[in-house]
Amino acid sequence: MGNKLATDAAAELAAVTLDQARAPAAPADAVEKKSYTGFLKNNIRDYGMLLSLIVIMGFFQYMTDGTLLEPLNLTNLVLQNSYVVIMALGMLMVIVAGHIDLSVGSVAGFIGALAAVLMVNFHFDFVSASIICLVAGAIIGGAQGYFVAFFKIPAFIVTLAGMLVFKGLTLALLSGQSVGPFPKSFQLLSSGFLPDPLAATNPDLRVTSLIIGVAAAVVLLIVKFHARSKQLKHGMEDEPFGFFIGKNAVFAAVIVYFSYLLASYKGIPNVLAVMSVLIIAYTFVTNRTVIGRRVYAIGGNEKAARLSGIKTQRVSFYTFVNMGMLAALAGLVFAARLNTATPKAGLGFELDVIAACFIGGASASGGVGKVTGAVVGAFIMGVMNNGMSIMGIGIDYQQVIKGLVLLAAVLVDVLNKNK
Amino acid sequence: MNTILEMRGIRKTFPGVVALDNVNLRVRSGEIHAIVGENGAGKSTLMKVLSGVYTHGEYSGDIEYQGEVRKFRDITDSEHIGIIIIHQELALVPLLSIAENIFLGNEPSRLGVIDWELAQTKTRALLKKVGLNEKPDTLITNLGVGKQQLIEIAKALSKDVKLLILDEPTASLNESDSAALLDLLLELKQQGIASILISHKLNEISRVADAITVLRDGNTVDSFDCRAEAVSEDRIIEKMVGREMADRYPPRTPHIGDTIFEVQDWRVFHPEHADRAVIKGINFHAKKGEIIGIAGLMGAGRTELAMSIFGRSYGQKISGRVLKNGQEIDVSSIGKAIQHGIAYVTEDRKGLGLLLEEDIKKNISLANLPAVSKHLVIDEQREFGIAADFRKQLKIRCSSVLQKVVNLSGGNQQKVVLAKWLFSRPDVLILDEPSRGIDVGAKYEIYSIISELAAEGKCIIMISSEMPELLGMCDRIYVMNEGSFVAEFSSEVASQENIMRAIVKHGDKNGK
Repeated sequence: MGNKLATDAAAELAAVTLDQARAPAAPADAVEKKSYTGFLKNNIRDYGMLLSLIVIMGFFQYMTDGTLLEPLNLTNLVLQNSYVVIMALGMLMVIVAGHIDLSVGSVAGFIGALAAVLMVNFHFDFVSASIICLVAGAIIGGAQGYFVAFFKIPAFIVTLAGMLVFKGLTLALLSGQSVGPFPKSFQLLSSGFLPDPLAATNPDLRVTSLIIGVAAAVVLLIVKFHARSKQLKHGMEDEPFGFFIGKNAVFAAVIVYFSYLLASYKGIPNVLAVMSVLIIAYTFVTNRTVIGRRVYAIGGNEKAARLSGIKTQRVSFYTFVNMGMLAALAGLVFAARLNTATPKAGLGFELDVIAACFIGGASASGGVGKVTGAVVGAFIMGVMNNGMSIMGIGIDYQQVIKGLVLLAAVLVDVLNKNK
Repeated sequence: MNTILEMRGIRKTFPGVVALDNVNLRVRSGEIHAIVGENGAGKSTLMKVLSGVYTHGEYSGDIEYQGEVRKFRDITDSEHIGIIIIHQELALVPLLSIAENIFLGNEPSRLGVIDWELAQTKTRALLKKVGLNEKPDTLITNLGVGKQQLIEIAKALSKDVKLLILDEPTASLNESDSAALLDLLLELKQQGIASILISHKLNEISRVADAITVLRDGNTVDSFDCRAEAVSEDRIIEKMVGREMADRYPPRTPHIGDTIFEVQDWRVFHPEHADRAVIKGINFHAKKGEIIGIAGLMGAGRTELAMSIFGRSYGQKISGRVLKNGQEIDVSSIGKAIQHGIAYVTEDRKGLGLLLEEDIKKNISLANLPAVSKHLVIDEQREFGIAADFRKQLKIRCSSVLQKVVNLSGGNQQKVVLAKWLFSRPDVLILDEPSRGIDVGAKYEIYSIISELAAEGKCIIMISSEMPELLGMCDRIYVMNEGSFVAEFSSEVASQENIMRAIVKHGDKNGK
């Protein structure tokens, strides 16, 4: 019954916005007939990614008898993957700039340890401890970026060194012990949910979370339509109207549906709110800002970028600073979730993060990749982890399957490019 | 004297370009045969045909070697029968030893196990033959270019060479190394090894060559036998450049104003070899609305000059002054050079000019992103509009400015690079080989754009290896050779003969 309500809402929403959109879009459509197949050919990667995520989710939803999308499990899915998504945002920029960062897992672990030592042993309050940790992360990233950008040491080597260094420092900092628990207020970062002032209206549903979800969907549609009408005015748009409507209606519906699912458990997790803000911010930075454009330029052709007056070394440096800070944030989220800092925290995270970026269509040679791609890539990995665990597939074969999926995704890219 | 090699009616085309039209070449046994011609005359292409880089079927015509018509399928075919080519860019692996390089791909081995003792012994003998006093296990990277050139010859000797082809072997050598190399060629001749020598240095040619073939625009225009008659350099030059100038350039009436750009005592050293001077004290100036040309052979240092001025993007230990409107300006970084209104359009548009996988719009705005953004946020509509304007103005042929530049033709790619630099709103525009690799029609369009820019009062500095292009476009031409300006001609007196003579005379002076 709950499902029906959500889909109805989504359908209604789509219908309303459809009417609004027709008016500005129609004349331009008449002027230039866009070929649907041609467009699909050029953008097959973007749609293919989304489609695979949906197919994979459908598959596991079926195989787990609906467990995958149960409100409790969906909440867990978000929490489990939050730190991968957060780091994937930074990793995407590093990869687009033509580098790689293998140290993020160790850095995240180290920062978790640092947070624990600060808060548990030295009784810092969680705000100042978090700020110190984020700054420490930025400095760590900056230190590595300095060697990569200004000494031209390959990032692979610098961050491999960093990986060892911070793994060791984590052990040293924790003296090989687990340190915890964290103060309640810090735990809320991962285990908390957005407050629900409207709780009284419906005891089974976190109404505030649902409202936020619906509002987000509406805002998404308004923004998209606004952007499209602006682009149409300048003759810039090449996405056929059908795709545009279809894609955004699905997006909006998914947002509303998921927020409904979350609302019927405990509401929107704090960490999802943080993550959403970051995803939007990084999408904007990569697509619309000068710094974002420069990152793509140096990854695409470093020499041409340099000869165009771009300070390529400085840009590379900043991508690492940014990465370090996001790794620190991920470390805090992970530590808060476990409620303890362990010497093993962060182990192997870098692999999931890098895989997410490549599954999401980033190119290993730089210059190509999208934030949304990396996020979808992270969720593909996350859904597979989660789904396979529910199905009772052992960790052994889980890794085999994940490896093959990564290889297949990149193979599709290569074939697609050669065509 | 019998003939070792005869090439008859060689014709080789690339899409849209006839590189070789009708080339005939006859090399006798044991002679040193020089091939001369301007840049682009087809010398290197001819040698690639001969050595099997372009396989039989990719060209038409016959190659007769040692009395048999040969059809090479690849380089090993030609090497097998003793034709060995040494390219201008040496094909040595820097971090392997001399012995390893000489026997690379040809290692003396038994059952796949290399017999290094044998290789070392053979290497020692070969090094002695080429007159090089080095240990076989010295790494190539520790040798100078001159010695590396000799290693290449030793490598050729190890393959039992009968016909040695050298493509500009002395281009990057100093005087004594060049002399040693030429002596070695004469010595090999005594042993009955024939050589084909491609060179721009006529003094070297007159010293060693027994015969000379002149190529121009893919045709054999003449051949001389130096044993039968004395051949003067003037005669060779005349044959090299003797081409009629067609109406391939847009007409223009120059409106030349005051001097706006000036470079004084510019000196630059090689980025890796700090003691090698690449630019040796150059002075020049350019006026408003003027198109000046920089002529010279490949390796003269023209690109290096331009890039070192453009924000020190080449070289080290750079000294000298750059003045704009009489004031010294700071061009120590590319950003500063752009701010001072200097733009450099690279000769290597794919490697250094374009983001191939990005669209036209993003390429055009790249050097001036602040102009399409507000508070560091890019205004995509504005960016699109500007790109669309340039598309119209420069007639960039594309489906939309959202098209990736990798899918454009060479001429249109060049226009995108030009648009990028025009959008940086320069006063001084340095164009490095602006018409390289683009077809004739597109060339005319590029020339027209250049004329218009000059008419708008910009100052254009054009570097080109195509002399007709410089003569057709420029108001004044500087001639550059080996890191110096050796002559300056106004458009009235400039001619291909003048320019060639200035280069050759300077080369002679340095060579002797």
